Amino acid sequence: MREFGYRRVSDVATAVAVLDAEPHARFLGGGTNLVDLMKTGVERPALLIDVRELPLDRIESTEGGGLRIGATVTNSDLAAHPEVRRRYPALTQAVLAGASGQLRNMATVGGNLLQRTRCGYFADVNKPCNKRVPGSGCPAVEGEHHNHAILGASGHCVAVHPSDMGVALTAFDAAVSYESADGPGELPLAEFYLPVGDTPHLETALPPGALITGVTLPAAPVAARSRYRKVRERASYAFAIGSIAAALDVRDGVVRDARLAFGAVASRPWRARAAEEVLVGAPADATTFAAAADAELAAAKPLPRNGYKVTLMHNLVVSELTALAEGVAR
Amino acid sequence: MTTATTRTPTAQRAVGTAHTRVEGRDKVTGAARYAGDIPFAELAHGWLVLSSVARGRIRSLETAPVLGMPGVLAVLHHENAPRVDSDHIGLLGVPPEPTSVVFQHDRVPHMGWPVALVVAETSEQAREAAEALVVHYESEPHDVAFSGGHPDVYALDGHMPAVTEKGDLEAELAASAVVVDEEYTTPEEHHSPMEPHAAAARWDGGRLEVVDSNQGSTWVADGLAKLFSLDPESVRVRSEHVGGGFGSKGVRAHQVAAVMAATVLQRPVRVVLTRRQMFALAGYRSPTAQRIRLGADADGRLRALDHRSVNLTSTVHEFVEPSAGVARVMYDADAHHTANRVVRLDVPTPTWMRAPGEAPGSFALEAALDELAEKCGIDPIELRARNEPERGPVSGRPFSSRNLLACFREGARRFGWADRDPRPGLRREGRWLLGTGTAAASFPAGAGPSTAVVTAEADGTFTVRIAAADLGTGARTALTLVAADALEVTTDRVRVRIGDSDFGPAMIAGGSMGTRSWAWAITAAAGELRERLALGAAVPPEGITVRSDTTAAIGALAQKERHSFGAQFAEVAVDVATGEVRVRRMLGVFAAGRIVNPLTARSQFVGGMIWGVSMALHEEAVRDLASGGHVGADLAGYHVATHADVQRIEADWIDDPDPDDPVGIKGIGEIGIVGAAAAIANAVWHATGVRHRSLPIRPDRVLPAGTGALRA
Repeated sequence: MREFGYRRVSDVATAVAVLDAEPHARFLGGGTNLVDLMKTGVERPALLIDVRELPLDRIESTEGGGLRIGATVTNSDLAAHPEVRRRYPALTQAVLAGASGQLRNMATVGGNLLQRTRCGYFADVNKPCNKRVPGSGCPAVEGEHHNHAILGASGHCVAVHPSDMGVALTAFDAAVSYESADGPGELPLAEFYLPVGDTPHLETALPPGALITGVTLPAAPVAARSRYRKVRERASYAFAIGSIAAALDVRDGVVRDARLAFGAVASRPWRARAAEEVLVGAPADATTFAAAADAELAAAKPLPRNGYKVTLMHNLVVSELTALAEGVAR
Repeated sequence: MTTATTRTPTAQRAVGTAHTRVEGRDKVTGAARYAGDIPFAELAHGWLVLSSVARGRIRSLETAPVLGMPGVLAVLHHENAPRVDSDHIGLLGVPPEPTSVVFQHDRVPHMGWPVALVVAETSEQAREAAEALVVHYESEPHDVAFSGGHPDVYALDGHMPAVTEKGDLEAELAASAVVVDEEYTTPEEHHSPMEPHAAAARWDGGRLEVVDSNQGSTWVADGLAKLFSLDPESVRVRSEHVGGGFGSKGVRAHQVAAVMAATVLQRPVRVVLTRRQMFALAGYRSPTAQRIRLGADADGRLRALDHRSVNLTSTVHEFVEPSAGVARVMYDADAHHTANRVVRLDVPTPTWMRAPGEAPGSFALEAALDELAEKCGIDPIELRARNEPERGPVSGRPFSSRNLLACFREGARRFGWADRDPRPGLRREGRWLLGTGTAAASFPAGAGPSTAVVTAEADGTFTVRIAAADLGTGARTALTLVAADALEVTTDRVRVRIGDSDFGPAMIAGGSMGTRSWAWAITAAAGELRERLALGAAVPPEGITVRSDTTAAIGALAQKERHSFGAQFAEVAVDVATGEVRVRRMLGVFAAGRIVNPLTARSQFVGGMIWGVSMALHEEAVRDLASGGHVGADLAGYHVATHADVQRIEADWIDDPDPDDPVGIKGIGEIGIVGAAAAIANAVWHATGVRHRSLPIRPDRVLPAGTGALRA
């Protein structure tokens, strides 16, 4: 491991200024991903700026009926917060589906959004990877890709985003607040992650040197009836092979509002807007749910060994929407 | 002087009673130190550099910049490392594994081949410098693609003949009312002990001393003495606590590199493997491709049995995973053919991994038996009962004992097998389809020559010294119980010291033979000591010491089929809409000799069964054909069962003392995994109606297969 500097900061302005002065610095939140990547040589920062003591650890209601979540709120605290559990149950379920108790106690909301893919080629500095070394190639396209992307990928990168939390946040139209040398800013999560295209190394629209300060969830009455379902290759402590955050508001047998987002199928949490369009105004029945799944997955381009994910996501859409329509408590 | 007596009339028999680990307190308080923890003055740290090509030659190494980095003391590689003698046979009867014979030439035969050792004052400096070392290769095309149909497959004897053939296979198959002819595959699997390989080497007064984590200190000492052409007496290897081995902890690159560096630098050097390096350097279980053909009469009696297995090995060493061997023990047929074949590829050499041969072999054979039971319309346990052989199907020798059917009877009773509807795909609970399955298990019961030293101390206690290894299994505790009984004293008067090659030659912790072999030697020495003390011998201050050697006694054992047996039962839940498979409960009932310590024995059986859950559902090391290396070579990418994957698992045993062993032991280290994957796979069929013949049974396989014919 390369020797690195370490500095703990206590206010946002200092954090941003220190990063501005040292371009090879990284912000350190829980370190649950960054430190692993430093050990394997994928990340080699000259300086770690520890942001865990910044005053960004609160969860507050907004005037509009939403929630503002500080960037250094831990996954554990987020999942346990009564208003999160009441207003956005899928978010609590998503967070609790991820990692382990120990990791959730360390991991932060800001860091969760910026975690890197767990693609085995990305994690191994002895192998080509366009995300790690632009232009070196993507061996996953022809190689091991049974848990790679079916949506929104390109021939340059087929890696998936590993977050569970981000899937629920995406479904509920979260916006990311940040602070940079040029002042504060905000990005809708839908625009936060960049398309893969031929630049998979450019992952977010966050301006250079910016520090995530929080995430704002707008009021979303539909989210009070929401579920998160994660499928993985063992019962616990594994990244998803497919996941779904779903919310459904049904009145008189007709879908009034719906939110759907997929995890582990694309380079970012995948908002299923095509599916939502089919759902809203349609009868809340199996035919509609299947049609919604088909509408979203029509764009799927599976690789030779991950076609099962298309079926998996179809089945998850139908089963989770059915459960919500039937009022099944999780 | 005092006079010791070993007669304690009130002493209970210790063997057979539950006893917590004698070193348990040390382990849970952190007082027990492992090889990577033990400090040495002036300790330097070595970091291995592994090849980044799968085949070729080292053209050059840019060592100068690395030697200028902070703290760097040396860079050892093929041009400057000490020469060693690899032309010898080790204690286990095989030449040294070439990946451990580091830095002797410029050839690179597989990805992850050790090409250099960077030594520095701190581990961090060594690692940073090792990762900065530029190595230039002439790379050559490689072949790492394993398949049973590879054109270069050939038959290979291991510790058993490659091929056995009895009877006219094709004729018996043709005459059979029912035939099963299927292929089964198992993937590359890794030992993944929690404690990585670690060794520190130093020269002390003309002796080489190595503090290691291994499965046999005399085994490693012998290997190092031969490699470095040293007098065996001048090498001492210690390995007091071991955090798992499972077959991977013998002579490996880290000890050899540490000895080289300690020799060159004349100061202590420690080398620790990373988890990722272990995937290349610590051995693994080869993938297997197995074809099974069974032919039976309508009543299920076998007329033909053909079990052929192919595994891979490296281009530099031959290793056979003898999966077809299990058929030579389990079932007889008029025509009985078995064959173990290998193909050499540009990969690291596989090695023994918990139940080598039996683990993958039992998956194929016991799954095929289940398919035969289905086709015959016979209960799977009844099918096995109808094919219970009276003698070794290939050897013709009698079994020392064979209590397989007793295991099935007891297991069936406790599992509730009698109520089972054999038809698949009928049971649903919410989104889950439920099913149950069973399979037989067996593993050889052997013993290896060992020496033990038992001393009656002047204070009335006893010290046992034996170069045993406790891999975390509880061996030290089991030997304490055995010694107490042999000395006829209570366990608190017995101190067992292990893991030191200076204690004399002893069997390794391997082949499920460790505890039996060591217990035999201890019993022999203790018996003689007790006789001496019974004669009223006074105990001098230095104590009275007796040494035993079981070589002759073990050599005199009659040739028999000697095995442990067991019956595995599993209940699974399968969601065919997501492909998820969960094992809800398992029961294993074993006939595995006298159980020395029920507490740790149960843990060992259950641990093996949990490994079977992993083997059935999770474990697969993926080799990237393009690079020839692994993808996801860490415990995030290589899945083993978590606590949440382990629901109700029970293990128990029936009385089955080995009549030819002084303590009645057979050995329990490996049989827990045998048959477990087959029982789970058979239960998945019972739940869904689909046969999964390739492991692991993962969502990407289960989801596309759905419920198969049931849907039609």
